[in-house]
Amino acid sequence: MSTADGRSVEQLRDEARDERVREMSRFRKALIRPELGAICGTILVFVFFLSIAGDSGMFAPEGILNWGTVSAQFAIIAVGACLLMIAGEFDLSVGSMIGFSGIVIALLTVQVGLPAWAAILIAFALAMAIGAFNGYLVIRTGLPSFIVTLAFLYILRGLTIFISITTTRKTIIGGVREAAESDPIAWLFGGKAFHGLFVWLSQHGIVGTFVAGPKAGQPVIEGIPMLMVWALVLIVLGHLLLTRTKFGNWIFAAGGDAQAARYVGVPVNRVKISMFMLTAFCATVFATCQVMEFGSAAADRGLLKEFEAIISVVIGGALLTGGYGSVVGAALGALIFGVVQQGLFFAGVESSLFRVFLGVILLLAVILNTYIRRMITGER
Amino acid sequence: MTAPLIELVDIAKHFGPVIALNGVTLSVEAGECHCLLGDNGAGKSTFIKTMSGVHKPNRGEIRVDGEVVSFSSPRDAMAAGIATVYQDLAMIPLMSVTRNFWMGREPERKFGPFKLFDFATANRITMEEMAKMGIHLRSPDQAVGTLSGGERQTVAIARAVHFGAKVLILDEPTSALGVRQTANVLATIDRVRKAGIGLIFITHNVRHALAVGDRFTVLNRGKTLGTARRGEIDAEALQDMMAGGRELAELAGSLGGTV
Repeated sequence: MSTADGRSVEQLRDEARDERVREMSRFRKALIRPELGAICGTILVFVFFLSIAGDSGMFAPEGILNWGTVSAQFAIIAVGACLLMIAGEFDLSVGSMIGFSGIVIALLTVQVGLPAWAAILIAFALAMAIGAFNGYLVIRTGLPSFIVTLAFLYILRGLTIFISITTTRKTIIGGVREAAESDPIAWLFGGKAFHGLFVWLSQHGIVGTFVAGPKAGQPVIEGIPMLMVWALVLIVLGHLLLTRTKFGNWIFAAGGDAQAARYVGVPVNRVKISMFMLTAFCATVFATCQVMEFGSAAADRGLLKEFEAIISVVIGGALLTGGYGSVVGAALGALIFGVVQQGLFFAGVESSLFRVFLGVILLLAVILNTYIRRMITGER
Repeated sequence: MTAPLIELVDIAKHFGPVIALNGVTLSVEAGECHCLLGDNGAGKSTFIKTMSGVHKPNRGEIRVDGEVVSFSSPRDAMAAGIATVYQDLAMIPLMSVTRNFWMGREPERKFGPFKLFDFATANRITMEEMAKMGIHLRSPDQAVGTLSGGERQTVAIARAVHFGAKVLILDEPTSALGVRQTANVLATIDRVRKAGIGLIFITHNVRHALAVGDRFTVLNRGKTLGTARRGEIDAEALQDMMAGGRELAELAGSLGGTV
């Protein structure tokens, strides 16, 4: 990092060295970061499952695709929840929003007969408007977002079931896949990426092929689900936004101390409202992928997703009170979540133990994160 | 004689039936540290907020460089070169020094179609400005929470100076600090003053005020009771004016020292 006048930040630092400030080794500095807890958790979880379920197919291509997809689902909503939490707010209506968006898409395509692309765009617009309204209410009333979005958890879920039942007398609406056939944008959510790569891999014997049936000769993995592509894109963009842009600095500032941020001219309200819109956007991405994959929408989809998102974010090292956290950490939290949930299935362990395991990991990660954060920020 | 940097004449501010300020007059010249002393409840905070554009006065005039101005928001005041360093709201402890320093005014560089926070420039300038103020940073991405209270105040002052403040309002910068930290902040004040910036140093500590002040104004029950130059007034007289004197004098007598 050299500068205009030829002096580097390191040189400036050397000139201003203070004998009482203990030097940190490069290694220690690289290690002490917000994501450390999640990195340790990820290593622990992988070592654990490699030793107990290493030969169960969990780490074969299909196995990886299995827990990878589940982790990607968690990651999509965790990115939104993470940025919102760093901005100092919660959104408990994420799960209900997933159900709502899914039903909106299914109703508009199957019942109203709109093309899938129009239905998807309308669902995104509606969800983000509701997200903005959530944020507006939080800012205008000064109520904790916990309460406002808890209200929307019920309002949206109730509305979703009501709309679905009054229009179709069912809570599950099918037939979306047929309606979305050859749609210009539906493949962005339900399609598979890198199909050619997997054909090539199967020709080289790395991925198995179907031996019988209509798909004989085709690779067993058609491609990477678009859900995973969305997760990766959201993680990378979210991370860059938070750590490399001006707006990212405003997100930290809004959550760290909204009043101090306002005094120096940070548009705190705009930042918070746009983060509420982002969580709604992420919820709708999740919902759309699910509807396109299953070909149906159900009014009870997304139950408890808000908590799973928050757990991923907290495992990832974010502070519940805002102003501190990492998108990469949240993504690792989602990975831990997905690997544990699917891994116990591969290991043949009773599925109720999933919750025990998850609780233990949550506790360990948060304890570790708290120590790390104190080291970085000097809190006491 | 040139006009003072900022001049406030007979400012009054009411909140419904409450009269918070009732005739406050104060001016600051370039390169001067003007101490505003007042006890809790004297109206110091209301006065700061009036100067920094948060409140609009009900009566009186604010003149910047001799011209009457009216601030409708803190942004207006900042644009006129009036910066305020609040006691506890100066910095966000969870964020790095660089992130705090540039908060709200982040430098950007183009990266293809995107604009990124220019950390290389931001870190360099932050280190330079801190070095000028005599603060030894381990690294610009060190969290502000790892700094001492005095250092935090200094970062906030350096930030205001870097962004072109002509008048700096310091809200009780020393009230929560130890002796050594206080000395550091007072040294920073002196340094800033020598750079030609006018300071309004708000405090209720007479000793801190006398250590750096050029002029002293006492605020009591929403009114200023006149301004004294350095050497015209001593600690006891200031203390008396601040707290209405007699009771404090009796207490000092019974305790065997100055309060």
